[in-house]
Amino acid sequence: MTLSDVKPGEKCKILCIDKTNIIRKRLIDMGLTTGTEIYVRKYAPFGDPIEITVRGYELSLRKFEASLIQVCLS
Amino acid sequence: MIKNIALAGNPNSGKTTLFNALTGSKQYVGNWPGVTVEKKIGTARVGNKTVNIVDLPGIYSLATYSMEELVAREYLESDEPDLILNIVDATNIERNLFFTLQLIESGKPVVIALNMIDAVESSGGSIDTALMSELLGVPVYPVSASKNKGIDALLEAITNDKNPDISTVNFYSKNVLSAIESIETVLSIDKSPRLHAINYIEDGEKKLEGHEISKQTAGMLEDMVQKLTKSVGMDRDMIISDEKYKFITGVVDKCVTKNNMYHKTTMTEKIDRVVTNRILAIPIFLGVVLIMFSVAFGSFGSFIKGHFEFLINDVIIEGIANFLTSIHVSDWAYSLVVDGILGGVGSVLSFLPEIAILFLLLSILEDSGYMARAAFITDRMLRKFGLSGRSFIPMIIGFGCTVPALMATRTLENEKDRRLTMIITPFMSCGARLPVYALFTAAFFVQNQSLVIFSIYILGIVIAILSGLILKRFVTGDTVSGFLMELPEYRFPTLKNLWRHTWERIKGFIVKAGTILVAASIVIWFLQSFNLNLKMVSDSSESIFGNIGKLIAPVFIPLGFGEWKVAVSLLTGFVAKEAVVGTLSILYGAGEAAASGAVDITAALSQVFTPLSAYSFMTFTLLYMPCVAAFATMRREMNSWKWTLIAVCYQTAVAWIVSFLVYQIGGLMVKGIITADMIIAALAVLIVVLSLIAYFKPSKRKKNKCASCGACCNSCDRK
Ligand SMILES: Nc1nc2c(ncn2[C@@H]2O[C@H](COP(=O)(O)OP(=O)(O)OP(=O)(O)O)[C@@H](O)[C@H]2O)c(=O)[nH]1
Ligand SMILES: [Mg+2]
Repeated sequence: MTLSDVKPGEKCKILCIDKTNIIRKRLIDMGLTTGTEIYVRKYAPFGDPIEITVRGYELSLRKFEASLIQVCLS
Repeated sequence: MIKNIALAGNPNSGKTTLFNALTGSKQYVGNWPGVTVEKKIGTARVGNKTVNIVDLPGIYSLATYSMEELVAREYLESDEPDLILNIVDATNIERNLFFTLQLIESGKPVVIALNMIDAVESSGGSIDTALMSELLGVPVYPVSASKNKGIDALLEAITNDKNPDISTVNFYSKNVLSAIESIETVLSIDKSPRLHAINYIEDGEKKLEGHEISKQTAGMLEDMVQKLTKSVGMDRDMIISDEKYKFITGVVDKCVTKNNMYHKTTMTEKIDRVVTNRILAIPIFLGVVLIMFSVAFGSFGSFIKGHFEFLINDVIIEGIANFLTSIHVSDWAYSLVVDGILGGVGSVLSFLPEIAILFLLLSILEDSGYMARAAFITDRMLRKFGLSGRSFIPMIIGFGCTVPALMATRTLENEKDRRLTMIITPFMSCGARLPVYALFTAAFFVQNQSLVIFSIYILGIVIAILSGLILKRFVTGDTVSGFLMELPEYRFPTLKNLWRHTWERIKGFIVKAGTILVAASIVIWFLQSFNLNLKMVSDSSESIFGNIGKLIAPVFIPLGFGEWKVAVSLLTGFVAKEAVVGTLSILYGAGEAAASGAVDITAALSQVFTPLSAYSFMTFTLLYMPCVAAFATMRREMNSWKWTLIAVCYQTAVAWIVSFLVYQIGGLMVKGIITADMIIAALAVLIVVLSLIAYFKPSKRKKNKCASCGACCNSCDRK
C-alpha cells in the first residue's frame, strides 16, 4: 500500500519511494527514509493534501506525492 | 580573519530574527517557511572589528529545488563565506541537524547557533550543548534570537576565535564508512575527497563534474556501490541520507531531554484540531478574512479615522493655509502648496488609520503560523484553478503590498505555477488602493461602507482565482507540481514583532506619501494648471492634463466615468495607486475646500459619479495594471518582457470588462437605484456556480503511480 491509502490516525513505516520522480530526493532529505515511522495526522477539508508527522515535525504533502511512497502499517 | 559570516539553516529556524539581532536591521520575519527569498547583507560590530553577516533563504538540504533555495546554495558553495553560522531550530532538532551534517561535510568552518532555546526551556526540556558540540565536532552556542539571549556571547565567540576546527567526526556506520573510504582511494581526487566519494555513491558519475574516470575504474566503482547497497539493503541515493539520520537520532538521544517538547506540540495539535478540521477549516478561514476586514473597515476603523481626518484637514491643512495667507505668498505658490501638495498628500494620509489596522492584522496572521495552514486548507480548491496552496501566501501578502507578494512567489518550485501566480497576485487589493475605496464609499455608500469595501476585496480574490481557470491552459498546462510544506508550530505573536512589522509598513506608506506622492502632486498640479504653451490656465480642462484626459476619456464612457479628470487620475495611478485619490483631490479642489472649511471633495464627486459608476470605478482601480514599482518587480521576477506585458495587458483588459459588466448589468437591473446587497448577492451566486462547475469537472490528470512494486524498489516485496 502507499501512504495515500493510510487513514488519518494510523501509523505506518516507509518501505520505499518511487524512483522516477524528482521529489524522491527531497523526501529523503526531509527525513523520509526507509524504515522511518510516519503518523498520518489528518486530511485537509477536501481530502487533499494530507498532514503527517515525521521525525517530530508536521509536513503536508499532496495525495499524489503520498502515492509515491510505499508503506506498511505498523 | 573572519570577514563574511553566512547564516544558513532550515526554513523558519530563525535566521532572519538572528540576522536582525546581530546587525540591527529590520528584515522581514514571519512564522512560515520561505519568508526570506533573497540574500541580504548587513554588518555587525564587535569591539573594533566589523564583520559582514549574510542572511540567506532557508534550505532543507544542499540539493535544491526552488529559486530562493538556489540563491542560498550558490552563496554557501562560493568562496565568499569565511564561516557558516548554522541556525538550528532546537524544537525541531532532528531534521535541522541533517542540513548541519551536510554543511560540516562540505568542509567549510561551521558554528551552530542552537536557536529557540527559550521554547525548549519553557516546556521544561533541556539540551546538553557541550555534549552535542563534542559529538558533532563543531562549536554549539545556545541562543534565543527573538528574546535576544546568548547573542553577544555568540558574536564574541565567532569573531574572536581562530577558525574553529574543521570536523573530523565520522557520521557513518562501519561498512558504509569503509565503502566511502575505498571509493575515495579509487577516485583519488585531491580537493574534498570525502564529498566526491559521497556524491558518487548518491548520484554516480554525473556528480563528479570534470573529474574523468576510465572505463575500468568506473566498473570497479560500480561494483563497490553494488556491494554496499546489497549489504545495507537500500538504494544508493538513500544510503547516505539514511546514515546521517541514524547518526542524528543517536545525537538527539544523548543530548536532548525529550519528554517536554511534548507539551509544545500538544498546543499546536490542539489548535490544529479545530483550525484545520475537515468541517470547520473553511468556515474558520472565511471567518478570519471577514473579521480582518470588518475590524479594519467597520465602526472601529472609521471611529479612529474620523479623528485622524479632523487632524489632517482641520488642523494641519487649514493651519498651513492660514499661515501662507498671513505671509502673503503669491497666488501660484499658494495654489501649489494648498491645492497641489496638501490636497494630494493630505487626502491619502487621512486613510492611514484603516491601513494601519489592516497591516496590524496581517502581521498577526503572518506571525501566528496560520499562513501555512491557510495554504494547506486551500490547496485542493486552488488546484482546480491552476494554482497551488503555495500561491496563497503571496496572495495574502498582496493585501499589504504587491511588490513583496511578487517576490514571495519565489518559493513556488514550478516555474509555470510561479508565473501564473505572479499574473494574478496584483488582483489582491493592496494597501495603496484602499484610499480610493475609502474615498468613494464615504461619498456614495455611507450606510454600507465596510460591506462595500469588503465586496471589492472579495471581488479581487474571485477574479484572481477565476483568472487561474482561464489562464492555466495558456500558462501552466497540466503540470503536476508538489506541495511539500512544513507546517510550523503556532507561536503567540510577540508585541515586538507586531509593532515592528506594522510600523515598517506604515512607515513605508508615509515615506511614499512624503516622497513619490509629493513629487507626483507637484507634477499633477503643474500639468493641470498650465497649458501646452506653459501659460497658467484658469479652466483646468484647457491644461495639458485636460487635453490628455479628453483624449482617453471616451474609453471609460461605457464604464460610467467618462469625465477627463477621472481618466487622468487613473493614468497617474500607474505612479502609485494612492495617486488616484491625490489627483482627484487636486482636480476637484480638495485642498482649497479643506482649507476654507467648506464641503469636501465628496460633494464634488457626487456631481460626477452615481453610486453605480463609483462602484464601477472602484472595480477598475482594483483590477487594472499595478503601479510602476510592481511592474518593475514583475519584470525582474519573470525575467521576460513578453510575460510582463501579457500580464499587464491581461489585467487592464479584465479591469475594463469587469467594470463594464458591473456598470451595464447594474444599470439594467435597477435603472439608477442599486443597492450594494444585490451586487454582493450576484457575486455570491457567481462564485458558488463557478466553483461548483470547477469542483465537479472531472480531472483529466493521469496519476503516474508506481505501478508495480518491483518497478519501484526491491524492498517492497517484504510487504
Ligand atoms: N520562541 C522563539 N521564536 C523564535 C526565535 N527566533 C525566531 N523565532 C520565530 O520563528 C519564526 C521564524 O523566524 P524567521 O527569522 O523568519 O526564520 P527564517 O529562518 O529567517 O525563515 P525563512 O526566511 O523562511 O527561511 C518567527 O515567527 C520568529 O518570531 C526564538 O529564539 N524563540
Ligand atoms: Mg528569513
